[in-house]
Amino acid sequence: MSETQPLRPTSVAEVQEAVRAYPRLRARGGGSKPALSTPQNGQTLLEMGGLRGVVEYDPSEYVVVARAGTPLAEVAALLAQHGQYLPFDPPFLAQGATLGGTVAAGLSGPMRQRYGGVRDFILGVELVDGEGRRIRGGGKVVKNAAGFDLPKLMVGSLGRLGLLVELAFKVFPAPKATCTLEVAFPRLEEALETLYRLAGSPIELYALDLVPPATLVLRLGGLSEALPARLERLQSFLGQPGQLREGEAEVAYWQGLNDLGHLGAGALVKVALTARRIPALERVLGPAPRRYLCAGNLLYLAWEGKLEELDALLKAQGLSGLVLRGTAPQPQIGIDLAQVFARKVAAALDPQGRLA
Amino acid sequence: MNPALSELQGLFPPGRLLTRPGELAPYASDALTAFRAQPLAVVLPESHEEVVEAVRWCVRHRIPYVARGSGTSLSGGSLPVEGGLVIGLNRMNRLLRLDPKERLAVVEPGFINLQVSQAAAPYGLYYAPDPSSQPVSTIGGNLAFNSGGAHCLKYGMTSNHVLAARVVLPDGQTVVLGSESLENTGPDWLGLFVGSEGLLGIVTEITLRLLPKPEAYHTVLAAYDALEKAGQAVAAVVASGLLPGAMEIMDALAIEAAEAAVQAGYPREARALLIVELEGEAPQVEAEARYLEEVIRQSGAYEVRVAQSQEERLKIWRGRKAAFSAVGRLSPDYLVQDGVVPRSKLGQALAEIENLSARYGLRVANVFHAGDGNLHPLILYNGRVAGELERAEALAGEILQLCVRLGGSITGEHGVGMEKKAYMPSMFTPEDLEAMQRIRQALDPLELANRGKMFPGDHPPHRPPSGPHPLEKAGVIARE
Ligand SMILES: Cc1cc2nc3c(=O)[nH]c(=O)nc-3n(C[C@H](O)[C@H](O)[C@H](O)COP(=O)(O)OP(=O)(O)OC[C@H]3O[C@@H](n4cnc5c(N)ncnc54)[C@H](O)[C@@H]3O)c2cc1C
Repeated sequence: MSETQPLRPTSVAEVQEAVRAYPRLRARGGGSKPALSTPQNGQTLLEMGGLRGVVEYDPSEYVVVARAGTPLAEVAALLAQHGQYLPFDPPFLAQGATLGGTVAAGLSGPMRQRYGGVRDFILGVELVDGEGRRIRGGGKVVKNAAGFDLPKLMVGSLGRLGLLVELAFKVFPAPKATCTLEVAFPRLEEALETLYRLAGSPIELYALDLVPPATLVLRLGGLSEALPARLERLQSFLGQPGQLREGEAEVAYWQGLNDLGHLGAGALVKVALTARRIPALERVLGPAPRRYLCAGNLLYLAWEGKLEELDALLKAQGLSGLVLRGTAPQPQIGIDLAQVFARKVAAALDPQGRLA
Repeated sequence: MNPALSELQGLFPPGRLLTRPGELAPYASDALTAFRAQPLAVVLPESHEEVVEAVRWCVRHRIPYVARGSGTSLSGGSLPVEGGLVIGLNRMNRLLRLDPKERLAVVEPGFINLQVSQAAAPYGLYYAPDPSSQPVSTIGGNLAFNSGGAHCLKYGMTSNHVLAARVVLPDGQTVVLGSESLENTGPDWLGLFVGSEGLLGIVTEITLRLLPKPEAYHTVLAAYDALEKAGQAVAAVVASGLLPGAMEIMDALAIEAAEAAVQAGYPREARALLIVELEGEAPQVEAEARYLEEVIRQSGAYEVRVAQSQEERLKIWRGRKAAFSAVGRLSPDYLVQDGVVPRSKLGQALAEIENLSARYGLRVANVFHAGDGNLHPLILYNGRVAGELERAEALAGEILQLCVRLGGSITGEHGVGMEKKAYMPSMFTPEDLEAMQRIRQALDPLELANRGKMFPGDHPPHRPPSGPHPLEKAGVIARE
């Protein structure tokens, strides 16, 4: 429970003041990941939505700079006007997710398969650390090797290393045309074998999802004139035609998945893994609705039971998870990722634990 | 003998502990050869445990140390600390695991970049980051410098291809950062570590991500009668929505040098050459090539060549890759810079560099990664003419300031090291630098790891590289 009124800073200076004035703070962007943005134990809520707006965008640079409280949807719409997109495909656009919340939670979506996740596209960051100091790292050009890579450090930092106030990203031209093939297999082993074959082939997929029990969903993208030939090649690679989605229905299909709502009620959890872990995990996850993204590197699942059970289960599998929605004493579950490097860096940026 | 040294003798056998001046000489500098320093000793560990022992010894005796791979840093990153220890990692050069199915390779830090792709080739896989030093530079050095190459715009730098690293921290403790997954559920500690230039620890084991080799390439060489036109062509390619794997520009001086060196068959009278390479699935590349052809046709190129075979493709690249070292033929000495500007400012940057060149009376050859605005101006001078080196240094400094002023960076891929630390304050505020220092001091309160690098402060006078690296002279490697 928050004991104080939420603060609504509209400038970096106000964020700095808030950090200096309150002993414990929790930032919230759009609130689309409540397990990460709900204040606990006397934390004061800092609503970041007042720091909003695109600061710089020149499509020919492939760079967009925006305040951290800017909704993803606003950025995505602006990029779309110029035929560009956020290649890491962040979730929760319609739920009001912001750039800052996406970086702090470290979330990417199905299309990260093609060019990479949020860590691969963040270029620059401006943040307020636990002492109220304003710090910039990285830059606003697509290539830069000067200084420590603070932008990457902020990916997944959960608001604990600093409050993000401005972010710069690399963006790319969006595929001119896309289509999606859904292929069902008799058993998980066969689906996984095909997943591995695809991932190791020169076939360039925008999405390579596994929907349990044994269906692969594959998205192709590129120039429309090349798409039919590529689709045919993909089908012959698979040895079956699969079920094809095209046109508006195809776009709507992926948009419909963006809020992860298809997973249903229950706690929403992200798990980092590799495809190798899937068979063992599939044996223990029971009926929990779930979908594996990016050739088995990312799992989103809905958990109806007690989160303690999932925590134990992930620990037993040697995996780590992040609760995005649902009540857990700590959003980070599964194996403990804490180590001395982490503790020391966190202490350097937030010595008094205001953001912890 | 120094008691600390005799203790070190107990830790490393004679052949792997070097203390005699003759043995130390090869370690006195890196590819920034004008900077030299005499270390107390060099150790050549063969295991993680020995690296830990060496670091603990440094901590016990308060002796600063520098990790070293192949010593090809162009910014003085692997320059020893005077009287410090060099921890040479070339003997830790094993491929520990290659897993084609999971598409990853686990290597020791002294493993050579190019060998990763060679080991992966039988499985149709490769390791994407391709610095032109790749035949000799180590994965440990690449990781410390977040090294780049010609293919960064599309697939990123080293950092985007490292999954996990085992690190000996400056206090001798060991941590593993990252995992085999591309995803993470907490702060990206590995992301912070990569590119930290040897200041935050020594990496002893690295898990790399491998990519499937592209099915097809389409390589175009376009010649222009003005440098601006080549720059505008890059902008036009980008505006068309294409995402080439590489876009490189060479100016007249660089073309002249490359032709003299490797006879790549470039149009000699061109004022600028643009190389654009598309890569990917064959039908997609074919379709993209048609758009590219149109864009290039409209860009005012007076001659366009398309590589018709792998051989022709490699020939085009050979000239480009040789350009740096070839410039050595035009001038007794040269400095190389590594600034970045926003792509839309390329034309302006080049025009200002030309003005500076005229003002300083020194020739500047330009070879650069146009796709990501990464300039590599080569400043030609004669070290035997009194005052020319100083003029060249001043010109190099002005180019870096220009890059920052245009909204770019002082380094795209060669790192800050020794060479550019004086320019860090032009890019970062005192608060920014202080935050980075706090992180460094939290991990290394004694500032033992690579002391004197990256952060501005007391340091020997700025002495940038002059002339080719000994390995370039020998024709083993070429710069990009
Ligand atoms: C001809 C030539 C061409 C080049 N072309 C490119 C290019 O295209 N792109 C590019 O980005 N760079 C390029 N470089 C620069 C250089 O090759 C890279 O910086 C390379 O990564 C250095 O590797 P190395 O093994 O030689 O490392 P070193 O020079 O030995 O060390 C570099 C830095 O890494 C640290 N280090 C080394 N090993 C470790 C370890 N195991 N753990 C922690 N820190 C470590 C060192 O302390 C030092 O700070 C070029 C250099 C030359 C001479």
